[in-house]
Amino acid sequence: MDATTTITGFVALYIFMLAAFTGYEIIGRVPAILHTPLMSGSNFIHGIVVVGAMWALLNASTPLEQVIGFFGVLLGAGNAAGGYVVTERMLQMFKSSDKRADKTTSTDKE
Amino acid sequence: MDTTLIIEAAYFVAALLFIYGLKRMASPVTARSGILVAGWGMVLAVAVAFLYGLDVNEKAQPHVWVNLTLVVIALGIGVGWAWYSGKKVAMTDMPQMVALYNGMGGGAAAAIAAIELFSGNAQSHGIVVTILAVLGGLIGAVALSGSLIAWAKLDGRINKTVRLPGQQAINAALFFLALATGAAITTAGLAGEVSITLVAVFFVISLVLGVMLTNPIGGADMPVVISLYNAFTGLAVAFEGFVLQNPAMIIAGTVVGSAGTLLTLMMAKAMNRPVSNVIFSQFGETDDGGDSEIEGSMKAAEASDAAIAMYYANKVIIVPGYGLAVAQAQHKLYEFVKLLQKQGVDVRFAIHPVAGRMPGHMNVLLAEAGVPYDIIFDLEDINEDFAQADVAIVLGANDVVNPAARTKKSSPIYGMPILNVDMAQTAYVVKRGQGKGYSGVENELFYADNTSMVYGDAQKVMAQMIEAVKSLG
Repeated sequence: MDATTTITGFVALYIFMLAAFTGYEIIGRVPAILHTPLMSGSNFIHGIVVVGAMWALLNASTPLEQVIGFFGVLLGAGNAAGGYVVTERMLQMFKSSDKRADKTTSTDKE
Repeated sequence: MDTTLIIEAAYFVAALLFIYGLKRMASPVTARSGILVAGWGMVLAVAVAFLYGLDVNEKAQPHVWVNLTLVVIALGIGVGWAWYSGKKVAMTDMPQMVALYNGMGGGAAAAIAAIELFSGNAQSHGIVVTILAVLGGLIGAVALSGSLIAWAKLDGRINKTVRLPGQQAINAALFFLALATGAAITTAGLAGEVSITLVAVFFVISLVLGVMLTNPIGGADMPVVISLYNAFTGLAVAFEGFVLQNPAMIIAGTVVGSAGTLLTLMMAKAMNRPVSNVIFSQFGETDDGGDSEIEGSMKAAEASDAAIAMYYANKVIIVPGYGLAVAQAQHKLYEFVKLLQKQGVDVRFAIHPVAGRMPGHMNVLLAEAGVPYDIIFDLEDINEDFAQADVAIVLGANDVVNPAARTKKSSPIYGMPILNVDMAQTAYVVKRGQGKGYSGVENELFYADNTSMVYGDAQKVMAQMIEAVKSLG
């Protein structure tokens, strides 16, 4: 019934360790101006919990499990969608100096 | 049909997109595309998760269509409500929305834990999985109720900070009670028994713990708390990911858990408060520095005086605070800044790490008004320049410019990095009244010889300044 990949023991620990370092490295280099969008962005990413809730609800066999699963999916979906909208709105507003910067120094973009 | 392979491959791509998206969000130039990339990852993951419906366990087989319908309804309500509320919310209210969405994620993780613990699969899943389910449930439930309290506080729905006598002892007792109940559930589960009451009690205790942990913490510390709960939710998601053997949840949850922890530490450092201090809510319990010792008096000035002084200055540094955002004056402020720039004045913004309600919140609020990010500077990058500035103007900020943080050891804010506004040639402080800052400490800057106070609502003061400058031609 579970997915075929079995993540157990040390493999699990390795994944945990590597993912933890990844998160640490990404945030460690971020300028303070992006902290709020990034907190919001990471908040969006743990919205992935919705797929786990979907699995749980699809495999529910009692009314109790169905009720809990329903709320799980609802809450997870809210986390993902809300996190996305809010982050996107914040990041949309970041612009560099006026439009002239866009026109004259478009080479600056990376 | 090998749906598992499709699901696994899709999760792999989704995890990749999440990490790559986060990475792009780490630079202002690419940030916008970062969230889009991560967004596609989420769409992909949710889309393939429907394939779970093709391969459900035997007991759930007869219910699969009902369950599928329930999934669609729940997704519809969740996404619809969150999308609407997220689009509608004002930028100043962003922190509480993040808290709310975060709490929902915690709730979803707790729900997964609840189903696992109710299912009676503990024997076949083994002790590690069961313990992780319990811990994820505990953390998720704490993040849920704690985030809700944080949201209510920031939204002004709860104003009083209730501190019970022996709060920490109560919290510790609740925590151990939750662990003990969790242990009981695990032992019973491994013996093949499921006690619905016990699991229910476990979640109630966990939820109460979240409330009790958050309630005594004051509004000023909420950003740190939200960031901490964000990390908590990440961890809970990772744990439940192990339970469900879902690699996307494990990786995304862990990345957020560690990134969120680091972000929390950075915020706490910027406020010069160890995280333990925030959590055990020791703010406001220190003596306030004694306000009687400050010499000199506050001098009031007209908005037009300040405006003209800036108009004829070479270098002006603006220090915006949350008061500015509350008065919704950032648009007017930028209009004024543009007038100054036309005159050839070098105008820059100095942002304290904790200006606003979250680190970077002020940058978002300025960005909303159209202020380009390359004239906005962090504390470390601009603090040296105050000494060369002709005029520094503080708008609705207080504690972050209090020189007592540098000099007065007895002050509760001693040691907090501050913006050196007092080193500028002239300083103006726009403030609604003579009140103290969040920390409740008197501000020496306001009494300094080169400081003048402009009293009034930031919105009105900015309007007067614009008028004054325009009348000069």
